[in-house]
Amino acid sequence: MWKTILRRVLIMIPEIIILSILVFLLAKAMPGDPFTGSINPKADPAQLHHLMKINGLYDPWYQQYWNWVVHLFHGNLGNSYQYQEPVTRLISSRAVNTLWLALFTTILTYCFALPMGLYAAKHEGKLPDSIIRVYTYVTYCIPFFVILVIGVWIFGYVLGWFPTTGSISSTANPGIQSIGSRFYHILLPGVLGALFGTVNVVQYLRSEVIDAKRSDYVRTARSKGVPEKDIYKHHIFRNSLLPIAAFAGYSITGLLNGSLFTETVFSYPGMGLLFINSISYRDYTVITALVLIYGILNLLGTLLSDIILSIVDPRIRIE
Amino acid sequence: MEENLNKHSNISAADLDRLTKEANEEATPSSAKIIWNEFKADKPAMAALIIIIAFIIFVMIASLFIDTPKMMETNILNYNAAPGSNGFLLGADTGGRSVGQQLIVGARNSIGIAIGLTIISSTFGICWGLISGYFNGYIDWGMQRVYDFMMMLPMTMMIIVLVTIIKNYNAVTLTLIFSIFYWEGTSRLIRSRTLSESEKDYVAASKTSGTGSFKIIFHEIMPNISSLIIVDTTLSFAENIGVETGLSYLGFGLPLQTPSLGTLIANANDPNNITQYWWTWLPAALLIIVLCLSISYVGQVVRRAADASQRHGAAD
Repeated sequence: MWKTILRRVLIMIPEIIILSILVFLLAKAMPGDPFTGSINPKADPAQLHHLMKINGLYDPWYQQYWNWVVHLFHGNLGNSYQYQEPVTRLISSRAVNTLWLALFTTILTYCFALPMGLYAAKHEGKLPDSIIRVYTYVTYCIPFFVILVIGVWIFGYVLGWFPTTGSISSTANPGIQSIGSRFYHILLPGVLGALFGTVNVVQYLRSEVIDAKRSDYVRTARSKGVPEKDIYKHHIFRNSLLPIAAFAGYSITGLLNGSLFTETVFSYPGMGLLFINSISYRDYTVITALVLIYGILNLLGTLLSDIILSIVDPRIRIE
Repeated sequence: MEENLNKHSNISAADLDRLTKEANEEATPSSAKIIWNEFKADKPAMAALIIIIAFIIFVMIASLFIDTPKMMETNILNYNAAPGSNGFLLGADTGGRSVGQQLIVGARNSIGIAIGLTIISSTFGICWGLISGYFNGYIDWGMQRVYDFMMMLPMTMMIIVLVTIIKNYNAVTLTLIFSIFYWEGTSRLIRSRTLSESEKDYVAASKTSGTGSFKIIFHEIMPNISSLIIVDTTLSFAENIGVETGLSYLGFGLPLQTPSLGTLIANANDPNNITQYWWTWLPAALLIIVLCLSISYVGQVVRRAADASQRHGAAD
């Protein structure tokens, strides 16, 4: 058990190092430099030169990389050229928004998917099962950003039920009202994400429950005369739940990758939107930090899922 | 050999013909035939297949008659012309460009890129999965680490960064960039199947008789997992339509002067368009939904055909 986890963590270290080098080089290869935008007829070339030198942009790449890493371990990711504030502060304020949305979507996904998967398995091969299968399948096939655009059009603009931009209303007072406003802003993207992201959990839970239904302990419970409701509640569901929990890690990584789209459609000030904006401003420091953070979060999500799965399923463990 | 057989066997030519015929009848039909039977048994699937093929042929031919640079010229007189007015069947966008024509050319571009991406990434993923699954040990371990690393990369972000780096990129370079990141799913699937396949007797027999590894992989294992390959390719085709259109929607796919279904949907980013001028983006969105659903539906039928226990069409 611990061996598996230790080994996974050890493999992560070179992966993160390679990722950081790759990301750093790619950001360097991007056209233009952060000061291109400030060039105007009045700008003094010598001053620009001086700025470049102060920021270490003339050093060889490994030198710049090394400086970056050293700063990284001091918790300093540099300054954003676009916003003129430390990247760590910039990103942490955005990260809160993104993580709230991801967490909310994940919880909602489980709220929708667990009953569906259970119900489908209970009525295996009958009409409800087919309906749920068609539903998960249709929602899985349609590209998510199309759903977001249509969703924001219908519920945000035509019906006017939900806000279409931002993460909080500008008139909200601090306290309960601001929490309410925040919640109101993530409601639509969260519900859409949950409604259209159920496929993995539903399919997996369904097959788990169907397997459990035919297992010996369920047959024993049934022959003892345990009521059908209790069999599902105490015997089947409890055994199928843990592997399902393992999907949370994967589903969060999926949501992070989708956050680029969700946040663009809803102009939601999270890390995804920050990335899109930084790309157009060539804000290297922000871009490198964000790609690295997303990569590490991806790794941690997969790691979390793998650990839960290896606890549940002894076959995965390394001896 | 045949001469030898004729000399020593006492089966007449007529008998031999009859026996061959009987053997052919009893043999499992080829996967292509099974899939065809499945489509014949499932009418909606047949309809979906016909719609997809007809649509693809239509946009390919129709876009030949459309002069793209001329179509993309701004014409202020037709600013957001409503559908049916000024001779625009589907209206015009903010630049006075025909939405209908952009839809046709855009669909051609998006489908073309999806096809290219599917071919390149599936071929690569299949080879990767086959090789990794067949050679256990260090090769597999190394290839799996590369796979793990690729899975860790935030794909959409990496693609956007690459697109900004490459100057003057076009449809071909874009397809190649996408292909770097979209072979993992296929490779994983093929690898797990190859792992179980290479433990079978026919592989062991070929190994002992000295057949080369690559011949075993591509001439023996690959045909045996061909149904899985067909299923996976069809399903990833549907997904790949979403890949290009999604990136174009964000503004990092095809360049602005090359319409794509994604750039058409990006019209919705303008609050005026999304509220008043629905025709500038909604048709493209609906088209993507219909395309993805029908292609995946076809894929679903192919998957059913590949799994003998689920077939609807009798394979006789």
